[in-house]
Amino acid sequence: MKAKYKFLFGAVLVAGTVGFLMTSGIKETGVYFLTPTELAAKVAVDPSFHDVGVKMGARVVHGSITRNVGTQTITFQVTDGTQTYPVVYRGLAPDTFTDDVDGVVEGRLEPDGTFRATTLLAKCGSRYETTPQA
Amino acid sequence: MTTLGQLGLWLALLIGAWGTFVGFYGGITGRAELIASARRATYALCGVLVVASIGLLVALLKHDFNVAYVAGYTSRDLPTVYILSAFYGGQAGSLLFWAVVLSIFGALAQWLTSRRYDHLLPHVAGVTSAVVLFFVIVTLFAANPFERLPFTPADGSGLNPQLQNPGMVIHPPMLYLGYISITIPFAFGVAALVSRRLDTGWLHAIRKWTIVSWLFLSIGITLGRWWAYVELGWGGYWAWDPVENASFLPWLTMTAFLHSVMIQEKRGMLKKWNMVLISLSFLLSIFGTFITRSGIISSVHSFAQSQVGYYFLGFLIFIILAMAALLWLRLPMLESEAHLESMVSREASFLFNNLILVGIAFSVFWGTMFPIISEIVRGTQVTVGPPFFNQVNIPLGILLLALTGIGPLIAWRKASVRNLQRQFAVPVASGGIAAAILTALGMGNFYAIATVSLGAFVTGTILQEFVRGVGARHRLHGEGYAQALARLVGRNRRRYGGYVVHLGIVIYFLAFTGQAFTVDLEASLNPGEVAEMRSPWGHTYAFTHIGVSQYDELNRLVSAASVEVARDGERVGIMKSEKRQHFTCSAPIEPCPRQMRQRSFEPSTEAGIRSDLREDVYIVFAGVVEGTEEAVYRFTLNPMVWWVWFGGFVLVVGGVVTLWPGTTIRTVGQDDTQGGYAAQLVEAKRA
Repeated sequence: MKAKYKFLFGAVLVAGTVGFLMTSGIKETGVYFLTPTELAAKVAVDPSFHDVGVKMGARVVHGSITRNVGTQTITFQVTDGTQTYPVVYRGLAPDTFTDDVDGVVEGRLEPDGTFRATTLLAKCGSRYETTPQA
Repeated sequence: MTTLGQLGLWLALLIGAWGTFVGFYGGITGRAELIASARRATYALCGVLVVASIGLLVALLKHDFNVAYVAGYTSRDLPTVYILSAFYGGQAGSLLFWAVVLSIFGALAQWLTSRRYDHLLPHVAGVTSAVVLFFVIVTLFAANPFERLPFTPADGSGLNPQLQNPGMVIHPPMLYLGYISITIPFAFGVAALVSRRLDTGWLHAIRKWTIVSWLFLSIGITLGRWWAYVELGWGGYWAWDPVENASFLPWLTMTAFLHSVMIQEKRGMLKKWNMVLISLSFLLSIFGTFITRSGIISSVHSFAQSQVGYYFLGFLIFIILAMAALLWLRLPMLESEAHLESMVSREASFLFNNLILVGIAFSVFWGTMFPIISEIVRGTQVTVGPPFFNQVNIPLGILLLALTGIGPLIAWRKASVRNLQRQFAVPVASGGIAAAILTALGMGNFYAIATVSLGAFVTGTILQEFVRGVGARHRLHGEGYAQALARLVGRNRRRYGGYVVHLGIVIYFLAFTGQAFTVDLEASLNPGEVAEMRSPWGHTYAFTHIGVSQYDELNRLVSAASVEVARDGERVGIMKSEKRQHFTCSAPIEPCPRQMRQRSFEPSTEAGIRSDLREDVYIVFAGVVEGTEEAVYRFTLNPMVWWVWFGGFVLVVGGVVTLWPGTTIRTVGQDDTQGGYAAQLVEAKRA
């Protein structure tokens, strides 16, 4: 029976480690995932939210993408229908990033209202599927 | 042909329902004619689903674009191999694929399983028929690949170019085969519970199936990594994407199961735990299919959101409740025959291996589901990404690596000091030497030092086992070294195959460590301009932009950028990265005139990759500055990537060795306290 208790002690230790690693991991790396409307609401309530990195999921406004290949900067607008934000992103955009796709940008909302993105993901517009056209 | 396919599906619905009923009812009552009928039902189910699948394949190959599925996933100019892979490339087809493959596995389980397990087989037929039935129902009522369009398009919309890659032809079916084949061990577990035959019989019956599905999962995951690496162009092979995680979860629980069944076989312990593990693995395989198919979590992989998700959710809940009830009913029959005698024993090390594997699985599951969990609990979605998974799993992985070395060599029951000295002196020394060398070389990354020295420790245990085993056979039986090695492995396939698998795992760990040292650089270059970067191994790379050319190729317009690569001043060669824009032609003219081209899909990237044992050079061409020849690149130097593929290969070789027929299993005798085969050999001779 002694070994059993020792094992239980070890098991609690392992479980505790896993739990600790997970809670600290979520605390340190967890990022809010918001729609533009939710982001606007958060910022209105608490202006310090500008300093918090967030992810924003929204649709790229048709025709709003301008690419400056020289400075590797892409500017575009995203919207969820009610709230629209201009986004500035420096880096390479994924192939799937085009007009009207659902994109996820991660970064900070500047006090001037532009969203400065450090990562840019585009959900494949067709999600590996296309609807057959007549 | 689609009529035939539809007919096949409807017949499968009836036969599946009959097989489920008669399997369990026949098993419980023991009536021979019902049992025979259950067995025949699995064969018939397989037959009608194969016919249905042929129906879909013929529709695909004959370009029957009136069928929505055919029009949605293929086009006239699509190469035949991708037309065939479109069978499982889309949602509806992949569900039919699940059903047909599982029905084949179900029939094989009835046909191949030894008569010794006849008491389990009717229930097994019941379970496999029920799961097939579920997939047939989803296929028929939520995502039917035979559905017709009200009109016939002239051409289909084609397959996404990112899926037009050889890796994508075999990666999904391998992963599916892994997912699907877990159903068979699960079915035996359920059969043992229902029939109250809870001896180790069911474990012996499924030994091969377990390894087979674990192997398919491993191959599927490795091919998925390879596809992501060569095709997605972001420079890595694992991003902790929800769908990747979903394939990793059952792999983890199956790995735990593979180890813990040995404890039950040898010591009669962990009976409840093993039932929980196999149920969990099955649930996670369905969950993996659910994640991919439902679009519940946004992922680059997921398919369109659809009501298919609700079917899966319902099925998952049903299995959880049914298994919980069944386990609760049989709990008194699942008592352990032995107790843990010491913390310094193989039992204890396997228990910790299981705990850590399940801990990793839990954290991966939690991280994957966290957006949903946080939305329910706090009302706002919070996501976690690769930093979370790495932060949690690297320490756990390192612990697991240590156990990989300890587990196989430590004695059962209670290890003596002599056993510990005998088995671990050399490996611990080699681990220590590796750590010392790395520190002397100025390596500052703690995790890297820990991984490499533990890798050396585990490799030490494995080599020691091979050397001692061969040496013992050479001395005792007078065999030559080559013959001794062949016999050693041949007579103990599970043990030595397992060692080889462990070696593959060590190689994986080393390769993953390399990822911590990846460097990349984004640069915009005019022709003739050079970008320089230093690799983690200390080499200096110079990339000279040569130029961009455009040309037509098959169904796409290719822009190719060429770079001359030099390492430490020596020319390595020219590397090329492409941007491809696929198009469809509005008229069947070859070659398609420019004004008749319609862009199909987003452009795709072909990365330029040059691989050697130390590092990969990975070049992505991101585009040209309009009207000039100035090109934007991302250069990545990726250490040790080759070893990921090699580790996968070693792992598969090891798995195949364990599968080779002809192993015998012994239970632990009173004197059998020495771990390690060589030690046993010597001891047996002495006695």
